Amino acid sequence: MYVAVKGGERAIRNAHDLLAQTRRGDPEVPEIGIDQIREQLSLAVDRVMAEGSLYDRDLAALALKQARGDAIEAIFLLRALRTTLPRFGATLPVDTGTMRVRRRVSATFKDIPGGQVLGPTFDYTHRLLDPSLATEAEPRKPAPAPKKSAQAKAAQARAAVQEPSAPPPRVVDLLGDEGLIEPSPPDTGAEPPDLTRAPLAFPAERETRLQNLARGDEGFLLALGYSTQRGYARTHPFVGEIRMGAVQVELFAEELGFAVPLGEITLTECQMVNQFQGSAEVPPQFTRGYGLVFGQSERKAMSMALVDRALRWQELGEEKTAPAQDAEFVLSHSDNVQATGFVEHLKLPHYVDFQAELDLVRRLRAEHAARGDSEPQDEPTEAAEATP
Amino acid sequence: MTVMPAITYNFAYLDEQTKRMIRRAILKAIAIPGYQVPFASREMPMPYGWGTGGVQVTAAILGADDVLKVIDQGSDDTTNAVAIRGFFKATAGVATTTRTQEATVIQTRHRIPETALTAGQVLVYQVPIPEPLRFLEPRETETRKLHGLADYGLMHVKLYEDISRHGHIATTYAYPVAVAGRYVMDPSPIPKFDNPKMDDCPALQLFGAGREQRIYAIPPHTRVVSLDFEDHPFEVQRFDKPCALCGAQDVYLDEVILDDRGGRMFVCSDTDHCESRRADGHVGPLGAPPPGKGKP
Repeated sequence: MYVAVKGGERAIRNAHDLLAQTRRGDPEVPEIGIDQIREQLSLAVDRVMAEGSLYDRDLAALALKQARGDAIEAIFLLRALRTTLPRFGATLPVDTGTMRVRRRVSATFKDIPGGQVLGPTFDYTHRLLDPSLATEAEPRKPAPAPKKSAQAKAAQARAAVQEPSAPPPRVVDLLGDEGLIEPSPPDTGAEPPDLTRAPLAFPAERETRLQNLARGDEGFLLALGYSTQRGYARTHPFVGEIRMGAVQVELFAEELGFAVPLGEITLTECQMVNQFQGSAEVPPQFTRGYGLVFGQSERKAMSMALVDRALRWQELGEEKTAPAQDAEFVLSHSDNVQATGFVEHLKLPHYVDFQAELDLVRRLRAEHAARGDSEPQDEPTEAAEATP
Repeated sequence: MTVMPAITYNFAYLDEQTKRMIRRAILKAIAIPGYQVPFASREMPMPYGWGTGGVQVTAAILGADDVLKVIDQGSDDTTNAVAIRGFFKATAGVATTTRTQEATVIQTRHRIPETALTAGQVLVYQVPIPEPLRFLEPRETETRKLHGLADYGLMHVKLYEDISRHGHIATTYAYPVAVAGRYVMDPSPIPKFDNPKMDDCPALQLFGAGREQRIYAIPPHTRVVSLDFEDHPFEVQRFDKPCALCGAQDVYLDEVILDDRGGRMFVCSDTDHCESRRADGHVGPLGAPPPGKGKP
């Protein structure tokens, strides 16, 4: 005999215990350490920090461990903590121009002041599985940085007496000197928006859009960026510069009257240079798309820059023809924590609404059959549309 | 060795500043019945789509002496209801109940309890898509304009097209209502069977949509009218049979499949209502004796 279903509480507890056991895997295999994840799965850690909007390598590593390596679940864990953290204040804007560069490449010029710095990159590797990684063999040591010629050293010493190694200039700024590229929008001094403290509203200004993209899903932005390259809102992009490295974070301390360095964070910045035909008011010049991401993620920074540029169609007097240009479409669907929640909530019970639909479809079918007895029908009756 | 910071949470998880922000949105929502108030929804420790809007509203209004009931599909024992009740038990330490009459705050997904609500109670709905016009117009910039102008022609055309195609309105849940003669509102995906319960309800009804960052409200004793036409008046679902367990008529029933030969039964979707009736001695056609008197 049927009695109303009971036991949800115990079932949930058991499922969680099973999850914990499954997460641990074979107990014969040593448990993975947070430090191992932080040091050896550093790009996974970077992604979790970037989309979790919280720069903390240890917590991101912990989240990855708890999430069994699932990036979005780990991002979610970090976000749920971030939202409870008190805000002490806002740091000064970081200056990527002063970045301690680990990698910096430009596709628009063969050589650039400060040089092309390849850094730790998968580019140019042959994607052949490396069996030696299955052992604990030591990797080959990278060669030390080449010694600078005496002449270069002297020039550098003259240029920057206080700075031991002057930071390389931004490549797009070199174009700016000739007016060939639009200037970076000036700092208006206005308080930037905080999407985690104010609801997203439309139309969204560029700073809001960039903030949304910076914490948006890498895969979603990648697909959108890719679509602009295949003709859906073509923007003729060139990588003006990608740079990755450490920048200092500073907080202005009212009591002291000056900014105090809090530490360093690693960022990846992409300045995309795009064609622009010009308009009645503006002569032809290059325009910018901008991407900035926590940690090392060129894929995300580049995708972000492509989408940022596509979203600027209105300001540049272009035609809107493609999804990547549609701010409501892009910004409302970029957040993977929101997206995964709403997609996956479909597995929650919906039987009350389904019952209502069952009732309707049965009724429509009965009416259809009754009509069929009297007159021939040419079209099947449509079922009611499904809504969440 | 990595040292992790100690992590502590406030009463009912949210910090007081956040609660204040949510309460302000709630007050505005009560002042403008049926109007969707944008609010800075927080990431909650459960996924979007699992009731983060309802949880934030509940967290913002919960006091230490409140008694909380959580239902999903009308049941207190579905997984999500259990999880949310457990969340507030753990973070706020409030008393919980499954009895509708005993609760001061009831958080719900997809149902309104069968037992009539009373003054002083608050019903908190979890809302997936707060915008009743969303599937007619996907753009928020447009729908806000339509609400501003009280231009609900789109919705009436949709309902009219249903009638011309099917002979009646083919919306069975999340059936749109007009609140206090002004805003058309999505009542969340409750079956339209529950719509009449919203009208002139003595309890305060609050709606929270976390992912969509909206809060709206129906103050006590507000006129709530389900949209219809003079020649096609609004109708609720009717069931041919009473609840198989408690014999209740005029309640919303779940269809339970008993075997693979087409055997099925219909039972109350509101499990508390069903249990109370059975405890009072009501027995349906397939009902067991009252709990405690039969086999375990």
